[in-house]
Amino acid sequence: MKMPAETEALSDNALVDEVLAGKRRALARLITMIENQDPAAVDTLSKLYKHTGRAHIIGITGPPGSGKSSLVTKLTTEYRKRGRTVGIICVDPSSPFTGGALLGDRIRMQEHSLDDDVFMRSMGTRGHLGGLARATSDAVKAIDASGKNVILVETVGAGQSEVEIIEIAHTVLLTDTPSTGDDIQAIKAGIMEIADIFVVNKMDLAGADKKVLEINAMLDLDTSNRSWRPPVLMTNARTGEGVEELVDRLEEHHKYLKESGMLEEKGLKRSREELRDIMELRLTKELMSALQGRKEYEAAIHRIADRDEDPYTVAQRLIAEFLADYQKKKKVKRDV
Amino acid sequence: MSSSRKIRVIIAKPGLDGHDRGAKVVARALRDAGMEVIYTGLRQTPEMIVRAAVDEAADVVGLSILSGAHTALFPRIMELLKKEGVENVLVIAGGIIPEDDIPELKKVGIAEVFGPGTPLNEIVDYIKSNVKL
Amino acid sequence: MCDDDVNILEGLKKWEQGLLKDTLSKFPEREKEFTTLSGIPVKRLYTPLDLADRDYNQVQSYPGEYPFTRGVQPTMYRGRFWTMRQYSGFAAAKDTNERFKFLLEQGQTGLSVAFDLPTQIGYDSDDPLARGEVGKVGVAVSSLADMEVLLDSIPLDKVSTSMTINAPAAVLLAMYIAVAEKQGVAMGKLRGTIQNDILKEYAARGTYIYPPRPSMRLITDTFKFCSKNLPLWNMISISGYHIREAGSTATQEVAFTLANGIAYVQAAIDAGLDVDEFASRLSFFFGSHSDFFEEVAKFRAARRLWAEIMHERFRAKNEDSWKMRFHTQTAGCTLTAQQPDNNVVRVTLQALQAVLGGTQSLHTNSRDEALSLPTTESVQIALRTQQIIAHETGVADTVDPLAGSYFVESLTDQIEAKARQYIEEIDKMGGATVAIERGYIQREITDSAYDFQKRVDSKQRIVVGVNKFTVDEEQKFDYMKVNPAAETEQVARLRKLRSTRNNSAVKKALSALKTAAKGETNLLPIIIDAVRAYATIGEICGVLRDVFGEYRSPESV
Repeated sequence: MKMPAETEALSDNALVDEVLAGKRRALARLITMIENQDPAAVDTLSKLYKHTGRAHIIGITGPPGSGKSSLVTKLTTEYRKRGRTVGIICVDPSSPFTGGALLGDRIRMQEHSLDDDVFMRSMGTRGHLGGLARATSDAVKAIDASGKNVILVETVGAGQSEVEIIEIAHTVLLTDTPSTGDDIQAIKAGIMEIADIFVVNKMDLAGADKKVLEINAMLDLDTSNRSWRPPVLMTNARTGEGVEELVDRLEEHHKYLKESGMLEEKGLKRSREELRDIMELRLTKELMSALQGRKEYEAAIHRIADRDEDPYTVAQRLIAEFLADYQKKKKVKRDV
Repeated sequence: MSSSRKIRVIIAKPGLDGHDRGAKVVARALRDAGMEVIYTGLRQTPEMIVRAAVDEAADVVGLSILSGAHTALFPRIMELLKKEGVENVLVIAGGIIPEDDIPELKKVGIAEVFGPGTPLNEIVDYIKSNVKL
Repeated sequence: MCDDDVNILEGLKKWEQGLLKDTLSKFPEREKEFTTLSGIPVKRLYTPLDLADRDYNQVQSYPGEYPFTRGVQPTMYRGRFWTMRQYSGFAAAKDTNERFKFLLEQGQTGLSVAFDLPTQIGYDSDDPLARGEVGKVGVAVSSLADMEVLLDSIPLDKVSTSMTINAPAAVLLAMYIAVAEKQGVAMGKLRGTIQNDILKEYAARGTYIYPPRPSMRLITDTFKFCSKNLPLWNMISISGYHIREAGSTATQEVAFTLANGIAYVQAAIDAGLDVDEFASRLSFFFGSHSDFFEEVAKFRAARRLWAEIMHERFRAKNEDSWKMRFHTQTAGCTLTAQQPDNNVVRVTLQALQAVLGGTQSLHTNSRDEALSLPTTESVQIALRTQQIIAHETGVADTVDPLAGSYFVESLTDQIEAKARQYIEEIDKMGGATVAIERGYIQREITDSAYDFQKRVDSKQRIVVGVNKFTVDEEQKFDYMKVNPAAETEQVARLRKLRSTRNNSAVKKALSALKTAAKGETNLLPIIIDAVRAYATIGEICGVLRDVFGEYRSPESV
């Protein structure tokens, strides 16, 4: 394999401009840089950041086989009918053994493959847990900055681990299918609580009405008194039936978030969490790069394994050393 | 498991040919070799293939065709890739492509053609050695 | 166990513990385990014990009698050899017509038409999507005019014709009927087959047009029309060949084919037909692959299983409704591009398997088909292969000669059992259409294909000339090239047709078709009208595309 090239021939500023102008190739390359944790990606994202926050970000989650991809396709069609531009991110699991992935959602969305106002990207989780890829959040920012009105994020769909989506989406849509004998499926805690809209897809199958009743019954039991009562809708993602109403509700939710101040509140929460996440990541990176490979570090690990020292004491000591070191360096800089 | 650089591959079937056994088997092999594979499915026009290559920032495009229509379709695909500014993509092909046609295809930028009987690891190794990341 | 069996059991044990044990200690076997290609364990030795407690009359029975394990006709090839029917077609109708005449002169006994991809997918030769595809994998037929040239001088009252056409099968059948009309041959006299098997297109072959429900409507319309007007015509060829070519195992080939068959029969019944009105004109199509005895056993198992399905499940009353008649093609996917002459040997063995399995008609591949369409020399050898088997080997002189082989009967039972399991799985899902919508059948096929390829790559399975016994310097082989001018000439012909035909008649016919498609009228007579007016396949299928929509595959890898 040829050695990784230096960051793309495109200079930072040129890349920023191209993304803002909505150029697909630039956007696609930026997302690749983000996925590869290319340092230049961070620079670009920080320049693009003030242009984010405009899109309506919708997360679509639900068990495998519930027709998420078909629904995303039909949602795109409806949004396009209403003159909106759409970005789509589909996440599929990467193999924990080989690291590879079959990203199989694009193939189900052929209808929009040549629409210039639709951008679609497939992402592998690359070991990340939570239903999304680690890079998804920044990829969403990139697409947002490129000017797409609506961004649909389709999660892996593995079930209860799918909690990351609430952190990045304004509206979470949970899909399900009419009961195939597994009533409990719908009533798992956690995932049910985060959904803003419930969609029973494949409404042509028997049991659709029953499923809607079940979900509503469960919502009735919810005592948290949220001011937004999640609507429960039925769709047939194959024919498109019910999708118009679904988009109406999605728009309604977006409006609700804005008018109730929830959007701002979410934004604040999100910024707080994101800042913390980035700082945590950076700090850990700095700490680990300072420690990695050092003989004393490796020796400490062996001592812990041998029960000669405990990890708590070691951690405290190493961190204290790191901080002291950092102070010293700062002082040196100042003195110079 | 690291999230380091992954090779992203598009496997496409241009034209009307519906024989997808090879494409699917190669897609699985590449996945098992650690690559991220997007199989576009059947009936891909050159425009659709190139659009996927751009949006997905593909490192490799694999074209599978058994119908004999490669002489018409491949040059068009290469032309569009160039137009969209993604000509660094490694483009390989497989299926039923007569040896006599291969020089012309290489001239328009198809890097290599893998005929019937090619072992899967040969394709994997070729990609790993020739992809430009 | 009867006394004889007790004796054999004792004898077998003695042999195993004595001579065999002794030999194994000095000469270990080549493998730890042997299996057929589909994974059925192959024992070292089969004995009468493997057929113990068996009622011959029930299980094997007699040729022409339920459950037809030994064949669907009492005298089989002693009465008449299987039809030698070579699939052919390329470039323009005129070129294919010449090839047809050549093959008939060389002793072929029935025609089999290969159409190009645009025709198979309902596009005219000058459609933008047809570019580069015209005449490449088969003959281009855009209108009745092409069909007339294709069948020129071929007496349709004497020659039976199989047409490999699926989504637009009704259109090609209509053209065939119209050509026969001009020859003065009545519909009732026509013999032949349309493949007309859309489910396997979704599952394995890919030349679909419309979604499942309207496709089934077209198919049942065709069934109804044929059962009333073409009593000698096979209205469908329920195919396993393509499923096998896509990578399935032998047992999957049987299972998925019969599951599709069940779906068609059910659809026809749901559309108002009585099972005995059409079942005797259903036909099947299988591949003949590498594992010799497994393939022979496969054909026998398929016959027996289908008979039971028709008799028990669908309660057909007419004996002819229980009989599985099938065409076989030697397995294209086993042909190698390396050392192509080896393929003659492969095809010979595969053809022999099909004959020993009791096929009604047979296509033998040409040696160069891993590279291209066959040259005349190659196709002649392929035809001679069948003729030599028929006339020189004596295998056709007795019915079902391998019956009674402990191995073959045991394999027949096991294949039947495994196929049955798959069919039950598919039934539980709701039938073949649902199984295909869920991608179940496609995944199973790809799983098998991937597994096989890995075995070949790791040399667990040997392919001579490819992963063993290879040669460095490949001999240069002269293969057939389709004349590139074929496309431009065809496009010109088509343009001329459109300007010289009666366009208002075409418009009228297409409008009638649109109305009928939206309703429930049988579309066949209306398509025949359109075809007579020289409406093109693109125009006719285009109308149906507007009304029915296009199929979107729920694909995955």
